[in-house]
Amino acid sequence: MGNTGLYIATGVAAFFFLIPFYVLLRNALSTDPQITGEHWEFFPTNLQWGNVKELFDDPQVDFAQSLWNSTVVAVAMTVGILLVCSLAGYALARIPYKHANKIFYVVLGTLMVPTSVTFVPSFVLVSSLGWVDTYRGLIIPGLFSGFTCFLFRQYFLGFPKELEEAARVDGLGYWGAYWRVVVPNSLNFFAAIATITFINAWNAFLWPLVIGQDPGAWTVQVVLSSYMTNQTVVFHTIFMATAISILPLLFVFLFLQRWLVQGIAQTGIKG
Amino acid sequence: MSTTTKLDLASPAPAKASPAKPRRGLWGSRTFNFWLFAAPFLIGLIVFIYVPIGWSIYLSFFDARFTVTPDKFIGLENYTYMLTDPKFVGSLGTFTVFAAFIVPTTWALSLSLALLVNRLKFMRAFFRSVFFLPTACSYVAASLIWKMSLFSGVRFGLANTVIGWFGIDNIAWLISPNPPWYWLVIVTARLWLQSGFYMILFIAALQNIPEELYEAAAIDGAKRGWQTFRHITLPQLRATSTAVVLLLLIAAYQAFDEFFNLLDKTTWGRPPLVELYYTALGTEQDYGAGSAGAVILTVLIIIVTLLQGKILGFGRGDESK
Repeated sequence: MGNTGLYIATGVAAFFFLIPFYVLLRNALSTDPQITGEHWEFFPTNLQWGNVKELFDDPQVDFAQSLWNSTVVAVAMTVGILLVCSLAGYALARIPYKHANKIFYVVLGTLMVPTSVTFVPSFVLVSSLGWVDTYRGLIIPGLFSGFTCFLFRQYFLGFPKELEEAARVDGLGYWGAYWRVVVPNSLNFFAAIATITFINAWNAFLWPLVIGQDPGAWTVQVVLSSYMTNQTVVFHTIFMATAISILPLLFVFLFLQRWLVQGIAQTGIKG
Repeated sequence: MSTTTKLDLASPAPAKASPAKPRRGLWGSRTFNFWLFAAPFLIGLIVFIYVPIGWSIYLSFFDARFTVTPDKFIGLENYTYMLTDPKFVGSLGTFTVFAAFIVPTTWALSLSLALLVNRLKFMRAFFRSVFFLPTACSYVAASLIWKMSLFSGVRFGLANTVIGWFGIDNIAWLISPNPPWYWLVIVTARLWLQSGFYMILFIAALQNIPEELYEAAAIDGAKRGWQTFRHITLPQLRATSTAVVLLLLIAAYQAFDEFFNLLDKTTWGRPPLVELYYTALGTEQDYGAGSAGAVILTVLIIIVTLLQGKILGFGRGDESK
């Protein structure tokens, strides 16, 4: 395949990959008559920026609340998962303890069972704790990711021992060495896991759907889903809501793509 | 595993001393430090992963409609109910069809994109970003775009607009299982969402193929193109390809978001998790049958994972000791 052919093939593929984004933006900034019109209007001339205000003013759906819910959940989950899983991963990799191997198998055991498969039992537990419709219920059950712990363990196994030993000579214990030496020297890896975790948490649907019985506890994804089943369909608000729901991720994506790509290439986990 | 393992604070550190002088007292104790670091995670793992699984196994032997503290033991009835329920068994069939569509297509598309992007000399980062961008979107957002615009069954859906230019009648993409056009909608949505991710894996693998292999092949008279692809690139990518196929299978097994949203309230085209959702959290609220279903699905995926371990040798090469 010549160079021209290569660029034509790549260009055609890119064209198809961009169509959904084009449709999303076009509809978000159109009026309903434009969207449902007789002929496909490729580039609406008078862009309807007022659609943004209309979306947030809609008394039927508290879209701002759902954005806030998603933000709280995604930020808390990212911080929580990084904290809890990295500490445990470090212990399993670097702190000699006679039962460490058995404990590692307890962690590995959970890798075989994707959490989404066990959403019914998880819901049973969380509802009997009275955590339905709460941030606790949305966030806490998802923090204990065996896979993330496993990834941290693998990463820390390769962390240079000399750095820790230098810290030890300086009189730091495990705890001090971890925070003053290990974490500051692992920021790239933490950033990669953080980016992937944030995207996953923001985009999660099944668990927020199960936990969010009351519309006040809905995340953005649950609200978008509810739009699809509503009796009355207002196209331009629906598409504006979708566009806004994707926006934070595009920012994360553009600024952190380096870490994201690195993280995926290193770990093979899904973003 | 018990969380109440006593902290063995008094015992001396194991014989294998580190070269540096260890700290004394509690903060120097390895056992204490191990639990300090690992306890929050392990407690959470037990409470939120192991306890629900155990509870669900318990529930699966009871008549647990509308309750999670049942008292009517019914033995294996929930299991026989689920395994003879045409809807639940059918959902495994739906998964099989879905996997048969999505696994090969994603594999081929993501590998093709990786090969293209890897050969680009200009605008490589741009094109990589374009293919990777959908990875940031949620399945719900994609479902909405696909359902309400691209494959909307009405005249102003994009697909219907385009086929209209060729004089073809509107197609109701998602309304009817006959003909099953909905597969096209579901497969294209997931292809768009996930191919960029697997492309990144393939690009990383392509860059790990030593250039000397191609040079040696060129000396032997192989032409760059199909020959080198067939005899060098593809065999060198075997490990990545196997991993990608297994990741795709497991992802397909967990499919929920796009089926739930695209095929809202239909009785057909339900993969296992959607079926389970309606069993346990629908109007029936049958936690017993739902739990039995979860147990069955878990056992199935564990079997697949163990087979995968056999194939890939996962768990070996434990370099910790």
